[in-house]
Amino acid sequence: MQNHIFDEETAAAGAPRLIPFGLNMVAPVIMAYGSAWQKDFYLSRIRTNQDWWCQGYSEPGSGSDLASLKTRAVRQGDEYVVNGQKTWTTLAQHADMIFCLVRTDTTVKKQEGISFILIDMHSPGITVRPILTLDEEREVNEVFFEDVKVPAANLVGQEGKGWTYAKYLLGYERTGIAGVGASKRELATLKHIAERQLKNGRPLAVDPVFASRVAEVEIELLALEMTVMRVLASRGKSPGPEASILKIKGTEIQQALTELMMDALGPHALPFRPEAMTLDAEDEPVGPDYAAPLAARYFNYRKVTIYGGSNEIQRNIIAQMVLGL
Amino acid sequence: MDFSFTEEQQLLRDSVARYIEREYTFEKRRAIQRSAEGFSREVWSQFAEMGLLGLTSPERFGGYGGGAVDTFVVMQAIGNGLVLEPYLASAVLGAGLVTRAGTAAQKESLLPAAARGELLLTLAHAEIGSRYELAAVSTTARRQGAGFVLSGFKTVVPWGAQADALIVSARTAGSPRDARGVSLFVLDRGMKGVSARDYRTIDGQRAAEVRLDNVAVGEDAVLGAMDDALPALESITDIGAAALCAEGVGVMETLNAQTLDYIKTRQQFGQPIGRFQVLQHRAVDMFIHLEQSKSIAMLAAVRADAADPAERRRAVSAAKAHVGRSGRRVSQIAIQLHGGMGVTDELPASHYAKRLTMIDFHLGDTDFHLERIASAGR
Repeated sequence: MQNHIFDEETAAAGAPRLIPFGLNMVAPVIMAYGSAWQKDFYLSRIRTNQDWWCQGYSEPGSGSDLASLKTRAVRQGDEYVVNGQKTWTTLAQHADMIFCLVRTDTTVKKQEGISFILIDMHSPGITVRPILTLDEEREVNEVFFEDVKVPAANLVGQEGKGWTYAKYLLGYERTGIAGVGASKRELATLKHIAERQLKNGRPLAVDPVFASRVAEVEIELLALEMTVMRVLASRGKSPGPEASILKIKGTEIQQALTELMMDALGPHALPFRPEAMTLDAEDEPVGPDYAAPLAARYFNYRKVTIYGGSNEIQRNIIAQMVLGL
Repeated sequence: MDFSFTEEQQLLRDSVARYIEREYTFEKRRAIQRSAEGFSREVWSQFAEMGLLGLTSPERFGGYGGGAVDTFVVMQAIGNGLVLEPYLASAVLGAGLVTRAGTAAQKESLLPAAARGELLLTLAHAEIGSRYELAAVSTTARRQGAGFVLSGFKTVVPWGAQADALIVSARTAGSPRDARGVSLFVLDRGMKGVSARDYRTIDGQRAAEVRLDNVAVGEDAVLGAMDDALPALESITDIGAAALCAEGVGVMETLNAQTLDYIKTRQQFGQPIGRFQVLQHRAVDMFIHLEQSKSIAMLAAVRADAADPAERRRAVSAAKAHVGRSGRRVSQIAIQLHGGMGVTDELPASHYAKRLTMIDFHLGDTDFHLERIASAGR
């Protein structure tokens, strides 16, 4: 609940969003399953933001089928030696630490051979290669591990229990992924834009077709906000599979909002000027000054229904865990 | 109804498709996109040699006297190969407008050069706040002596900085948004007072903000009916919109094929992801969107040259709204089915998705065309 209020208020104030990998993702896992040393060392560094974290889950051959992951960690004395590749690693280029799912046992059922390990990104043998996204941004990367030595003390919990910890974490990731606070702010921005854009000489905001599309998203968002409250009120602990609803609706709303903002621009959706999106840009805008990032963001936000467990996987979870199908 | 192309149209289709498939690889497109001009002069002269640039111009002026169905054939292939070159701007809209509205002298001076690929035309019409409303023209052309002086600002002009000649709409009478009082002028981009600020568009093409600062032109720069250019402007916009629908169909065809190929190849849970029924149904939706779009885009091509404006408007707006909506869905599903790979710059799929989406923002978006159909009966 406190988390929710914090997210809501910071979003409303237009504050930059907290990067979730440390505080919202690995910290709850360390709190629940980490050793006394890990809690002592990493949690305080997360709190003070001394370490930037990133997440090493997906691999080229393991996306939705995450449990098939192949990155190997072999125990040698009091170290693990890690070899393999992670992908879609958000902000790896800035990260000091990565929490990784690695295979420590190839002889058991695929979920049971996975362990959860914390790796220093400055270790010898790690290479980070950028993946350019369709909006020409660099936020995701490939991360290669070649004989990377990791102290055995960096294993979280027990060897072979990584899948359980990962599922615990995904539950946490999903409540944040609803993004109600941020979407409320985006809705306000959309309305602001629609007031300023003209259609047939009048504000787009009074165009019945456009106004009704905005109203539809507003209704969905209001319902989602209440659904978040119900999920939070019904359990004080980690959210269960119902959190998949939040992921699905939250991301669909985010996409609908970015789409409406792009549509609001009319012909000014076309100009693509990444140079105008830097802080020190001094150039003359093309069309309205709010136009520059909006179409690029629409395309960038296609990712939200793919990442964090694709919405197809979320629907499978609901079908199996909630509906018993 | 006969949906088959004539023998000439089939030949045209084969030769364009073969050229694009063989020569216009995705890597070549990438290089062209990064070049200074943003399109390839070499490809452009190939288009000229194949007769594409004068496709719908009269034979008397170096053209082939073709119609909107011929344009459909070429634009579909352009969509298939995600061709960047300013075919729509110059060969369809520019040459088409000169063919419809120009004097014999204007046709003589513009069309043969355009057909040879030596003169690039574009229509500079949209203004800040005009959205897709054709009559919303504030740029002015004042009479001065034997000619006119033009002042104003045109926004998102396709290939405005690369074009040699701009066809500019300007107000010679009435007030902004009046249907009467709009005239067209042909301007050299190099004229004193014309400045074009070039930028990229998100689909990999180029556009420009064009400023007209007391540009002096002679009487012979007027293209078509004085004070009454709106009908010509509307008919060429419809022809362009029909052409965009054909391009959209071409883009969808290739994007659907890429997506199908991906889900048949990509393995998860020990099988190709295309075995999962939920993805199969999405692929089927993409297929139906394509087939429906193709049908209505063909109707628009057949009706785009119709003498009766009501008939033309209805078919073109139906097609443009349909392709706009289908294009949006198809591009979204294509990215989703590609998973993370769908949002990378590396795969062609995201580039096809971007162009398909942006087609909706040219020459009237889905809402514009829905409204046009809804209000036609009133």
